[in-house]
Amino acid sequence: MADRIRAFAAFWYDFVVGDDWLIALGVVVGLGLTYLLSRTAVPAWWLLPLALAVLLPLSLWRATRHSR
Amino acid sequence: MGSGALFIAVFLACVVEAVEATTIVLAAGTARDWRSATTGMAGALLVLAVIVAALGPAVSDVPLRGLRLVVGALLLVFGLQWLRKAILRASGHKARHDENKIFAEQLATAAGQPRRRLGVVPDWYGFTLSFKGVLLEGLEVVFIVLTFGSNARNVGLAAIAAVCAVILVAAAGIAIRTPLQRVPENTMKFVVGIMLTAFGTFWGAEGAGAHWPGSDAALLVLIPAIAAFALALTGRLRGDRQAVLAGRS
Repeated sequence: MADRIRAFAAFWYDFVVGDDWLIALGVVVGLGLTYLLSRTAVPAWWLLPLALAVLLPLSLWRATRHSR
Repeated sequence: MGSGALFIAVFLACVVEAVEATTIVLAAGTARDWRSATTGMAGALLVLAVIVAALGPAVSDVPLRGLRLVVGALLLVFGLQWLRKAILRASGHKARHDENKIFAEQLATAAGQPRRRLGVVPDWYGFTLSFKGVLLEGLEVVFIVLTFGSNARNVGLAAIAAVCAVILVAAAGIAIRTPLQRVPENTMKFVVGIMLTAFGTFWGAEGAGAHWPGSDAALLVLIPAIAAFALALTGRLRGDRQAVLAGRS
């Protein structure tokens, strides 16, 4: 039973989070900051594209650093 | 989001998933038993139909802003993961997705398993291989249809795009009975990764309370900007890899 629960959890982790947990964490943090900024008078639309511009190269660097 | 953009985004994403499911069913049918493989596929499609019938109306009832926040976050995570893999493959840092090779590996594994009859299914291994493959890839198709469809308030059109993609790929698979290696899957994954990332960014930010300059027209800037950024990263990584390989030789 425990093995099945573990396999079920592993399936959903792999389905949602995927190969790099940093991307999932970065997206959640980016959305949280966007929400906080949207409560102020400052425009908040630029924050998520900026997060993307940091997250994608960082994740690629983590994936390729051992082959350098 | 225009109807054309919705149809293309869902269609392309579903073609990629359908190619993977078809490869698994073809391997199960070729190496084991066609009746068991098609029964497994039909069983998985039935389970997926029940999931859609149960979740479809529930998703449509969720308030749009909350839906966009959750769906945007998931699409953005999925999109970035797809894009990451596509860039690594295009730059030579990861082996390209080769349906021919996957098909051969699955054939070899399936052929080595003992045959066991269960009820009306002549070969239980062939049935479960086909069932699991179609169910897993089908879940991704269901997710794409429900998220894109409900956000654009047009689940019907998203479902039609998915059905068109699945029928097209299944017909091609049945016609040639070999893996669909001619489908440019790596290129399509690159394009789908860009679209998922762009729509995820757009809907996620809106769901979190941001307002895009130009409203929906912002997507017309986001999509080419993300594509250009991804291509630039691919070029940079390819250059780095060639420099490393040249240094070793």
